[in-house]
Amino acid sequence: MLTVALLEATGITKRFGGIVALSEVDVQVEEGEALGIVGPNGAGKSTLFDCLLGSLRPDAGSVVFAGVRLDRVPAFRRARMGIGRTFQRLELFGGMTPRQHVLVALRVHAGTGRLWRDVVGLGRPRREELDEAQRLLELVGLAAVADVPVDTLALGQGRLVELARALAGRPRLLVLDEPSSGLDLAERERLVAVLGAARAGHGAAVMMVEHDLEMVAAVAERLVVLDSGRVVADGATSEVLASAGVRRAYLGIDDPVAGQS
Amino acid sequence: MSQFLGYALPGVPYGCAYALMAIGLVLTYRAAGVFNLAFGAQAYVSAVLYSTLSRRSWPPWAAFVVAVVLLGPALGVVLDRLLFRYTRTRPPLVSLVPALGLLIAVPSIVAIVFPHAARHSPAPFVLDPNRVYFHAPGFAVSGEEIVTTVTAVVIVGALAALMRWSRFGLRMRAVVESPRMAELVGVRADLVSTGAWVLSSLLAGVAGVLLAPIYQDLQPANFSALLVAAIAAAAVGGLVSLPWTLVGGVALGVAQQVIGGYLPSGSILSSGLRPAFPFVVLAVVLVARRGLRQPGGGSDPLAACDPPPPSFQPPVRPAAVTVGTRVVAGGAAAVLAASVASWLPGNWTFTVTQGAVFAVIFLSITLLTGGAGQISLCQATFAGVGAFSAGQLATHFGTPVLLGVVVGGLVGAATGALVALPTLHLGGIALALLTLAFALLADNVVFPYSWAGNGASGVSVPRPTLAGISFAGDRSFFWLAVAVLVLVAGAVALLRGGSFGQQLAAFRGSERGAEAVGIDLRRLRIVAFALAAAIAGVGGALYGSLQQVVSPNDFNYQLSLVFVVVVATVGVYSVGTAVEAGVAYAVLGQLVGTLPTRFTPLLALVFGLAALGYVRHPEGILAFAQRWVVDRFEQLGYGARHRRARGAFEEQC
Repeated sequence: MLTVALLEATGITKRFGGIVALSEVDVQVEEGEALGIVGPNGAGKSTLFDCLLGSLRPDAGSVVFAGVRLDRVPAFRRARMGIGRTFQRLELFGGMTPRQHVLVALRVHAGTGRLWRDVVGLGRPRREELDEAQRLLELVGLAAVADVPVDTLALGQGRLVELARALAGRPRLLVLDEPSSGLDLAERERLVAVLGAARAGHGAAVMMVEHDLEMVAAVAERLVVLDSGRVVADGATSEVLASAGVRRAYLGIDDPVAGQS
Repeated sequence: MSQFLGYALPGVPYGCAYALMAIGLVLTYRAAGVFNLAFGAQAYVSAVLYSTLSRRSWPPWAAFVVAVVLLGPALGVVLDRLLFRYTRTRPPLVSLVPALGLLIAVPSIVAIVFPHAARHSPAPFVLDPNRVYFHAPGFAVSGEEIVTTVTAVVIVGALAALMRWSRFGLRMRAVVESPRMAELVGVRADLVSTGAWVLSSLLAGVAGVLLAPIYQDLQPANFSALLVAAIAAAAVGGLVSLPWTLVGGVALGVAQQVIGGYLPSGSILSSGLRPAFPFVVLAVVLVARRGLRQPGGGSDPLAACDPPPPSFQPPVRPAAVTVGTRVVAGGAAAVLAASVASWLPGNWTFTVTQGAVFAVIFLSITLLTGGAGQISLCQATFAGVGAFSAGQLATHFGTPVLLGVVVGGLVGAATGALVALPTLHLGGIALALLTLAFALLADNVVFPYSWAGNGASGVSVPRPTLAGISFAGDRSFFWLAVAVLVLVAGAVALLRGGSFGQQLAAFRGSERGAEAVGIDLRRLRIVAFALAAAIAGVGGALYGSLQQVVSPNDFNYQLSLVFVVVVATVGVYSVGTAVEAGVAYAVLGQLVGTLPTRFTPLLALVFGLAALGYVRHPEGILAFAQRWVVDRFEQLGYGARHRRARGAFEEQC
């Protein structure tokens, strides 16, 4: 019997006018695995993400998540099905605290918080929701700043808030869009550690677009390399990073040995 | 065919004037990111000044130079430098509030300064407007029509050339793409945006003077209607394209005339649909045109370099301040209620009751604008729907008025959901425009019918009775209004504090982020609109019962604008400020009512001007005042601590 991948994108093609941003891209994510997607700027990484997450509709191809075709599923429902995500440019809820971020996500996911309950004064979060929020904030290391508005937080902390918010939805797949961009070294190490803890605790699969190869190597077990809208390599992280084609496409290094062969 | 041309050709000059205003709108929207609703007011000022100067037998060219060439750009510079410069990095909705304030305040100033301006018959301009110069098929072309058409075509051509070939045009296009990037290559983005303001304000003046002869007298309302036609034309061009805007404007003017020509005269449909036609077009264009482009934003690679806009939330306050303000507010409310119960004269009891009823309507804005960050420009229309529902039920079916109030809320909710339904993919500014279109549509086409608002004679809404208690007297009705206010305020406070309020806040903070946690934005927006419309409907029904007879004029679109401006100015983020805004609005209205009639516009003027402060203090003047007081106290405390510490230090030395 064939094992079905958690996320299976096949033949994804997307054109913008005359430009082919993605051409017949196949990507699979297995349950619980960590996949990195790398490629030079303009390779189609963000377009691929948008197609997978529902912000763009691909011109051809299909996306199947946990056995369900996602073609006409709107973005918010994909989130409820268990695809959590973070953004490259932060999309935080201005004016709200990290704790409120986590609570909103928790309660939307659990389906608590009906309108009539609010009106009769039963709208406050339950004990177990508060406990879960606290646990998540401690997991990402934001317990100390849990009750200050996110507008006052640094970029690195903002990314952790997004991560906690995504984890609150108990995702089976966590999609991270350039999580390390704009972070300093210490913040990046913290993010890697938190990701490791989150995977250990939640068993979520991770798919990340990332420029920083050290970060990718530290998190991802498998690597897909995109170049000009095509998959040019797909395999174990260490093998892919060592291959000559990838070094040429992504790092711009023309390996003299590989080049002559 | 010649009959059709006879209807269509007179529409061309109208359309050209629409297009002129529309192009001005597009210019500022693109270059400065401001959707300048004050445009109607700018056109009005130029038209009034031109007409007044002409009356004082100035030669037309001199009047034109002063009223348009000097006044227009001067207004533009003032608006840019003093006001809209500060909203450039903010979402377009932030600049909408001060623009609305201007739209309300400027005509009020004109009405106070030139009390007789409205009665002047407009002056001729360049060619004799009444002289027929030549005959087109089925239609005599007069001077006015030639002047309007030629001016519009020349201006559009000149602007297109300017944008395409001049250095200014190139720079402006660069600033539109990314102000920061343009600055990095040495373009003064500020200067370019000032230039755009000057140009567009000049256009507003030209359009105002050109259009003045169309109207029998100069009423600000005419210019607001003109503004909506211009918005519709701009929407046809996607708020971007100048040629399409011209096409849209001319098509609109022609279609309006043709419709007016073919519809049977005398019916509400013909007298209502013609003025309402631009709003229908606007609604259709907004709904059909997916995703009007927002200026700046995602496409600007350096957008993140601008400092993030300050948070909309009121500042975090010490608990003592919160308790203190609640005690003071509660005490004031108790004193007010006790006064009504004991010594307050009848007309003031009525005023305070009005304040409570306004507060109910304002709470709908607290929920929608404060909660979800959406601006609706048709809350007065929803209130009217509630009032007319309750009144019609009571008149025709003898339904008890209190039940009618509830039904009014329900009908309001249904209407609100209906308005929100086609707007699901629209961003904030387009949604606000669509609600404006809906308000004008209701004003012109729906409310005049006898089954709705019954035109000028209005609908009577009796005072209610409940379980044998009559609320016919003003004093007993006051307590009823207070009871409803407490119920609604409590519900809004609970909603805002509960899960729904948090989802709204998430929606306001980031739409993409809200989607990413699984919030159904379509449903959320419909529910928020329906709830807000229900609250406005209940408030409107109560208002009807208070006044006993209400007509469509009590709920016209201008009132919707005033409501938004009043609540946004006083503060949209708390239930308490909505109540304070309601009472303040009613009391100020009563005070202004005691002045000579010339000063009646003072009420709109005060709140309109106060709305300009929204740019700096989007949390509202009350929250700002509180913070100011808290800061002063903290400084006092800090000063004392500082002095003590220094004293101790000096002693040690």
